[in-house]
Amino acid sequence: MDKQLQPIVKKLKKEFGAEVTEFRGDVQVLLASEKLIAASLKLRDEFDFALLSTITAVDYWPEESPRFHIVYVFNSLSKNLQLMLRVPVAGENPTIPTLTKVYKNANWRERELWDMFGIKVDGHPDLRRLLMPDDWNGHPLRKDYPLGYEEPQFTFNYEEIDLSKPHGEV
Amino acid sequence: MGVEQKLGEMGAVTTTLEQAMNWGRTRAMWPMLFGLACCAIEMMAAQSAHYDMSRFGMELMRPSPRQADLMIVAGRVSRKMAPVLRHLFDQMAEPKWVIAMGDCASCGGVFNNYAVVQGVDEIVPVDIYVSGCPPRPEALIGGVMALYEKVEAEKIKAAA
Amino acid sequence: MTTPYTIPEVTLDEIKHLVSQRAIDGETVLLNMGPQHPSTHGVLRLLLELDGETVVTCVPDIGYLHTGIEKNMESKTYIKAEVMTDRLDYLNTVGNNFAYCLAVEKMIELDVPPRAQAIRVILAELQRIASHLIWLATSALDVAAMSVFLYAFREREIILDVLELVSGQRMMTTYIRPGGLWRDVPVEFDAAVRNILDTFPKRIDEYEDLLTKNPLFLDRTMGIGKISAEEAIQWGATGSTLRGSGPDWDLRKKRPYSGYEQYDFEVPTATEGDVYARYLVRIREMREALKIIEQALNKLPLGPVSTNDHKYVPPPRSELGVSMESLIHHFKLWTEGFNVPKGSVYAAVESPRGELGVFLESDGGPKPFRIHWRTPSYNNLEAMPVMTEGLLIADLVAIIGSIDIVLGDVDR
Repeated sequence: MDKQLQPIVKKLKKEFGAEVTEFRGDVQVLLASEKLIAASLKLRDEFDFALLSTITAVDYWPEESPRFHIVYVFNSLSKNLQLMLRVPVAGENPTIPTLTKVYKNANWRERELWDMFGIKVDGHPDLRRLLMPDDWNGHPLRKDYPLGYEEPQFTFNYEEIDLSKPHGEV
Repeated sequence: MGVEQKLGEMGAVTTTLEQAMNWGRTRAMWPMLFGLACCAIEMMAAQSAHYDMSRFGMELMRPSPRQADLMIVAGRVSRKMAPVLRHLFDQMAEPKWVIAMGDCASCGGVFNNYAVVQGVDEIVPVDIYVSGCPPRPEALIGGVMALYEKVEAEKIKAAA
Repeated sequence: MTTPYTIPEVTLDEIKHLVSQRAIDGETVLLNMGPQHPSTHGVLRLLLELDGETVVTCVPDIGYLHTGIEKNMESKTYIKAEVMTDRLDYLNTVGNNFAYCLAVEKMIELDVPPRAQAIRVILAELQRIASHLIWLATSALDVAAMSVFLYAFREREIILDVLELVSGQRMMTTYIRPGGLWRDVPVEFDAAVRNILDTFPKRIDEYEDLLTKNPLFLDRTMGIGKISAEEAIQWGATGSTLRGSGPDWDLRKKRPYSGYEQYDFEVPTATEGDVYARYLVRIREMREALKIIEQALNKLPLGPVSTNDHKYVPPPRSELGVSMESLIHHFKLWTEGFNVPKGSVYAAVESPRGELGVFLESDGGPKPFRIHWRTPSYNNLEAMPVMTEGLLIADLVAIIGSIDIVLGDVDR
């Protein structure tokens, strides 16, 4: 672990009861969702992690508690450090607090979480779908959502599949 | 142009109405400036100096569907884009043609999933499919040439 | 025609919180721009609130090119999934492969031979120039400088010829593979790249002659689309969009990968943070990229271009007929693929647009359990409304050009 990261991680451990793992040099801090806002404020103001690179989620379906891990990647430009936070969320009615008041660019990423994983974001100013159409059903990146594979047409099954296809006409 | 020499003193050409009309249609076919994804970059390359598609009367890309004759669907069509694409097609004036450029527009390509329409022919009638991921600019020009042959063979339909 | 494809209707209620009260009272105009528009660089849609010609609010609506790449990659083995990465940011195909391979190599702790590392750098920098040429062409076209478009596309062909030379494809190369490269570069590679090194400085001068001091261009770009360094960071902007505002944040310098620390180059920055500053930064970046290519080419080491570990890299064709072990590796690799240890990593490269990061999680199997792309255009686009406030609608076009978005990169 980077020398500069050690005191930060120690502090997160002490104040928020975080669990720290390191894998291939990437430091990941596991944290309860109630402590997310306080921890990110601390990271931003005290340790100068000014850049929130990304927010994403991992779906561990069929596991239920926790079903999701929300992953936050923070960067400090002044100290050249990177830190990942992980927040476990249960499968039933998954909700996380919003980071939009701390990092402005959390806005779209959290909308994407809602769109792709169906994770509700408490206090988000504009929680609409981001990438999929407004009338879409389901949340595509969940593991229980099918890929939506269509059987390709070949010579032997051409007519059979052709019947099920809509065809654009003038 | 050489026409003068052929005409000599007569000043008249005889041809069929069909031929004259189709000749006119192919020599000034304005494509719609409609870039979707990777193929749009190759479409731009085909338009620019190196490949110079304007040799074939296609130098004018019209962003407005009202002024375009040919829709080149250059790239993958997502489910969110599909109604927009159909809407654009409906706004084009007759006669109109569609080229599905690239694998994604032709059949979904490598993206066989929830988000991508498996072939743009599900939404609009396609005249020419150009394969490749993305097709080279030469391939696109080849596709346009194939479309010309198709248009030149068209018959005048009685008004319905 | 009866079609399942209808545009969902949007009522004013749904977008009420996005616009000011004046729009609801009918004082200002709501205008839809895109997704079919000549200067949105693809299928970007903007909801604009206009007070006359002045932009009051600008709300981007994305997703018109959403391709489901992240989900699709989860269903393919690591090698096969790489094909999808090319199509994310289609102006930076080599860079996408690069980021993906770095993430996979980080997971399995695979060492890449120095020759492969140097060739990766050369190709990534060539691609950076090609990408910047497209940006130059299209953004100059947006402010009505047509001839730059023709020049830039002419030069781009020279770079694509090199990519075709090494990989057989102009754009979707998939040349960088986990563990190294697909194969070694052909003998003509050296001469082809040196040709670029000789001709390009003059060509970049040509573009600068056309634009840098052109009063028409200056009028359209100077003082337009300003963003301060603090705001750019808050909105997560990276790459030239951030560097145009001051910070010299470049992952090639700050967190060197693939041997970037050996090369001597500068990170161009500007302080104004307007469209013109971003233009200057990118033009200088092209020159720096040429410097890196020259150094890498001059000390291009000899040796293999992929690791010897045939659990991850296919064995050479010639061995298949004589070695049982190679045949087994070959069969295993192309049927079930290789297994990657359980865990998750984040690897990032500096793409022409900014920090291109890959978050990769593995469950120990042969397919990525979850792969997330942190794409730079996404964050840069999110920062755009800050730049547009209070400007004329004509300037909007210059700003969209200046942040150099690629919609494939935004929507994934």
